[in-house]
Amino acid sequence: MTSVDDVDPHKQIRLIPDRVNANPRLCHRGRFFTSDIMIEIGDTPYYLRINNGRIDDLSEGPVLMRPWAFAIRAGESAWTAFWQAMPAPGYHDIFAMTKFGAASIDGDFHPLMANLRYVKDLLATARAPEAGR
Amino acid sequence: MSAVFEPIIGRYFTLTLGGRPNRIFFEEAGQGIPLVCLHTAGADSRQYRHLMTDEAITEHFRVIAFDMPWHGKSTPPPGWQDEDYLLTSAAYTEAVMAFCDAVTADAPVVMGCSMGGRLVLELAAAHGDRLRAVVGLEAADSQQPWYDTDWLNRPDIHGGEICAALVSGLVAPQSPAEPRWETLWSYMQSGPGVFRGDLHFYRQDSDYRQRVKAIDTDRCPVYLLTGEYDFSCTPQDTQRTAENIPGAEAVTMTALGHFPMSENPDHFRGYILPVLEKILGQPLS
Repeated sequence: MTSVDDVDPHKQIRLIPDRVNANPRLCHRGRFFTSDIMIEIGDTPYYLRINNGRIDDLSEGPVLMRPWAFAIRAGESAWTAFWQAMPAPGYHDIFAMTKFGAASIDGDFHPLMANLRYVKDLLATARAPEAGR
Repeated sequence: MSAVFEPIIGRYFTLTLGGRPNRIFFEEAGQGIPLVCLHTAGADSRQYRHLMTDEAITEHFRVIAFDMPWHGKSTPPPGWQDEDYLLTSAAYTEAVMAFCDAVTADAPVVMGCSMGGRLVLELAAAHGDRLRAVVGLEAADSQQPWYDTDWLNRPDIHGGEICAALVSGLVAPQSPAEPRWETLWSYMQSGPGVFRGDLHFYRQDSDYRQRVKAIDTDRCPVYLLTGEYDFSCTPQDTQRTAENIPGAEAVTMTALGHFPMSENPDHFRGYILPVLEKILGQPLS
């Protein structure tokens, strides 16, 4: 059983590219999605380059003048709770976290909403210990 | 391969609502106390199919679920092609009470989930003397919105995909894959703008914070059940509501979200059976 203490969000996020790219159904779901997005963990931005559903790059920032379509931001403790294998109520969905003030989303909402299942599934791949449900 | 038939029987009839004919679909199973079930916004009566195949329930209750106009196998009223669907408190109340009058002879129990759970509070306040009890699943007298409903109905975003993707987070992570995805499938099938139109009732026309104080639970008992993973109607929203209804019973359900009867029916059983036993006044065999 993975406990809260075992989950380091800065490590979990690095699992996302390989887990997404190894999941043909997930890549297929994102086949019309090409965008740069930003995930912020505490003060650290991570940039994901998504190319027709595959992830071409994950880089840790900050990088000066690096653009992104939309950003999902939360503190380290919130991402730690979110990436538990069985997250607690309030930390099981990005919109639960935004409603309760643990996360925020800004930028262009259109690519997020048009590809919402893909983005949610992408984030869920970093859940410990197994790949996202 | 042998065919396995279920006891659920469906049929159609025409009901005049708002002065217009509406062809309504409903399905039912069981005998006894009428238990009329109201589906969530943007979904349909299939959400209650597991209650209808539970013999412990159908031995004592006639479980009935209907599709609201515009939903499921009920058609929109004539002329719908030139209008936006926007559900109101008055129209929703009219539809449910007219359905109950048409289909049930005895005073029914009305159970609703989400927007249906919201409505049963109004039904208990306005028509409590005609109801045996109400059960609100994921029900509260009001709630805080968590997204802009305009995203649900626009030509550059797939309506079925966005409706399901939004509400997917309201399903508890413990809910098994099969009922989870069946729950989301009904959201993928909803007609364009229907979920958004339901949310007009839910967001703009059903603040019952004062209204619930008119409920007399001696005449119409009120039972409220809310899943701990429901961040749309939170357990705190439900508890606050219950505090304004003397005699109302409110329970927070573990490991369940916004769709308890369909997302994890086996687990939900442990919560709904005791409520039905209280209404029945005896244990369910």
